[in-house]
Amino acid sequence: MLESLRVYGCYVAVALRGQLQYRGSVVMGALGNLMVTGVELFGLWALFDRFGQIQGWTLAEVALLYGMANVSLALAEIVGRGFRVFDQLVKSGDFDRLLLRPRGTAFQVAAQHFELARVGRLIQGLAVLVYALVAQGLLRPGAELVLVVGSIVGGACTFMGVFVLQATVAFFTIESLELFAIITYGGVETAQYPLSIYGDGLRRFFTWVVPLAFANFVPGVVVLGRPERFGPEWLAWASPLVGVGFFWVCLRVWRVGERYYRSTGS
Amino acid sequence: MAQIVVEDLRKRFVVAERRAGMLGALAGVVRRRHRVVEALAGVGFRVDEGELVGYIGPNGAGKSTTVKVLAGILVPDGGRCEVQGRVPWLERVEHVARIGVVFGQRTQLWWDLPVVESFELLREIYRVDRQQYRVRLDALVNALDVGAVLDVPVRQLSLGQRMRCDVVAALLHAPQLLFLDEPTIGLDAPAKLAVREFVRRLNRERGTTVILTTHDMDDIEALCSRVVVIDHGRISCDGSLDHLRERAGVGRRIIVDLERDEPLAPTDARVVSREGTRVVLAFDPVRTPAAALVARITREHAVRDLFVENPPIEEIVARLYGEADARGEAEPRPEPREDPS
Ligand SMILES: Nc1ncnc2c1ncn2[C@@H]1O[C@H](COP(=O)(O)OP(=O)(O)OP(=O)(O)O)[C@@H](O)[C@H]1O
Ligand SMILES: [Mg+2]
Repeated sequence: MLESLRVYGCYVAVALRGQLQYRGSVVMGALGNLMVTGVELFGLWALFDRFGQIQGWTLAEVALLYGMANVSLALAEIVGRGFRVFDQLVKSGDFDRLLLRPRGTAFQVAAQHFELARVGRLIQGLAVLVYALVAQGLLRPGAELVLVVGSIVGGACTFMGVFVLQATVAFFTIESLELFAIITYGGVETAQYPLSIYGDGLRRFFTWVVPLAFANFVPGVVVLGRPERFGPEWLAWASPLVGVGFFWVCLRVWRVGERYYRSTGS
Repeated sequence: MAQIVVEDLRKRFVVAERRAGMLGALAGVVRRRHRVVEALAGVGFRVDEGELVGYIGPNGAGKSTTVKVLAGILVPDGGRCEVQGRVPWLERVEHVARIGVVFGQRTQLWWDLPVVESFELLREIYRVDRQQYRVRLDALVNALDVGAVLDVPVRQLSLGQRMRCDVVAALLHAPQLLFLDEPTIGLDAPAKLAVREFVRRLNRERGTTVILTTHDMDDIEALCSRVVVIDHGRISCDGSLDHLRERAGVGRRIIVDLERDEPLAPTDARVVSREGTRVVLAFDPVRTPAAALVARITREHAVRDLFVENPPIEEIVARLYGEADARGEAEPRPEPREDPS
């Protein structure tokens, strides 16, 4: 485990060195990323400025959900970039090379790409998260803070899982499926607001199919002491594990897909 | 001990067929036509430890596909395949840690990295001890003469330099089994010789088993004691070079320079060509011992010069490939011979 982390570090060092050769494009990418999420955030603020509350949720409370969801996605985007460009690796047959090395292929795909340009969303999300935690008096050592951080990691795992599924499709077909991008960005848009404001269909989907609810809403209501409880209390405290479990399942699917890889003719 | 056991290995590819033209493309959206390519149609052979086997065949015969299955890249549709006691695709990680693979067509190195940093990264990936790594790297760099390009990014290397670096990369973890898929493709004569000499020494001195795929028959002649010929996904011939010659039925040759322009037509040899006083005869060394034939010719004719040679391997291979083509794809093939005599 520790050893894998070190090798991951080596890969990342290589990737970073490559990206820093094109410093300008990294800075531009990060700025663009910051702008996009900035517009989103502005929309959120405008909404609350106008209505004060949404179904009894204050801005500071929604900010916690927003921060958690965005930091999760940003982490997944930074670490899981390789899966999102994975179809290229399959089309060109360069996946051969990964199979020839004595390491997990998913590990290598993740390690090969480390997306610095997405730090924009990360910074933004962290800023909002810190604001929310301070406003709620939660920025102090305690079980709540641990749950928040753990759930963010679990949420990152959930997003990673979606990326892995998206990449797995490339083993079977060369068509790219927009479906997964919709889940990812639809998911983060949805999760920026309390899940309780949506209809049953959407809520169930993000609870039982792609368990993004556990990235922020389920642990969030417990931490915030809000009445929208979901299931027993212990389940909320186990939120981080849900994301990890989802990721694990996705990796199993990947392992199956990998056996359908067909390389190229030359 | 058998290091590679392959039996009745099968792999087919389903290829979507594009129809020509605009209308064809539209029709393709509605209904795709598929074509099945039988890349491996029941391949079988065994390779023992320390062998250096040439794996040859015409374009599209299934050589690279075989190597990819043996290396754990492709999962076959059927048949048995064990390498060093493991099924490659079932225990991929353990398997690839103990083999080396070079694909001449495609580098295994990191395009943007200086060569030596690629090596360093491989050291981490393969968990090679630092001390051992240093010793091995020194030896490999010396043997393949790549010391001067260690700090050059891979994308700036010439083909020959890159290929030699790829060979180094494939051996840093000291595998006992090495797959070389067209390692001399596009190399100039000195580079070919260097790679060839290195492979020979690796096999002789370290006892590394080598499977070599190539279209360069000089590679085969210089290196391989055993040749496996694949054609249309089936093994059509397996044995020593001599065995191959016998199969192709080209026999051995004797070239005679006569003193005078006189007829020469021994009963147990065939005249291949005649130019002035030079006569080329082909004979079957099993039925007619060369010594007897030479003795008879020199007794009956005034001979200025005379030498016996094996026909060039290109000719043999052309005969074998052509023969297979003439038989056609549909016809059953003779049982593949499995004795590496
Ligand atoms: N990934 C693939 N998808 C579709 N067809 C393939 C694929 N790989 C190989 N083939 C087909 O399988 C057959 C065998 O290919 P292979 O690459 O094994 O040939 P080869 O003996 O290595 O030929 P060459 O000497 O040209 O390298 C060919 O007809 C090829 O088109
Ligand atoms: Mg090939």
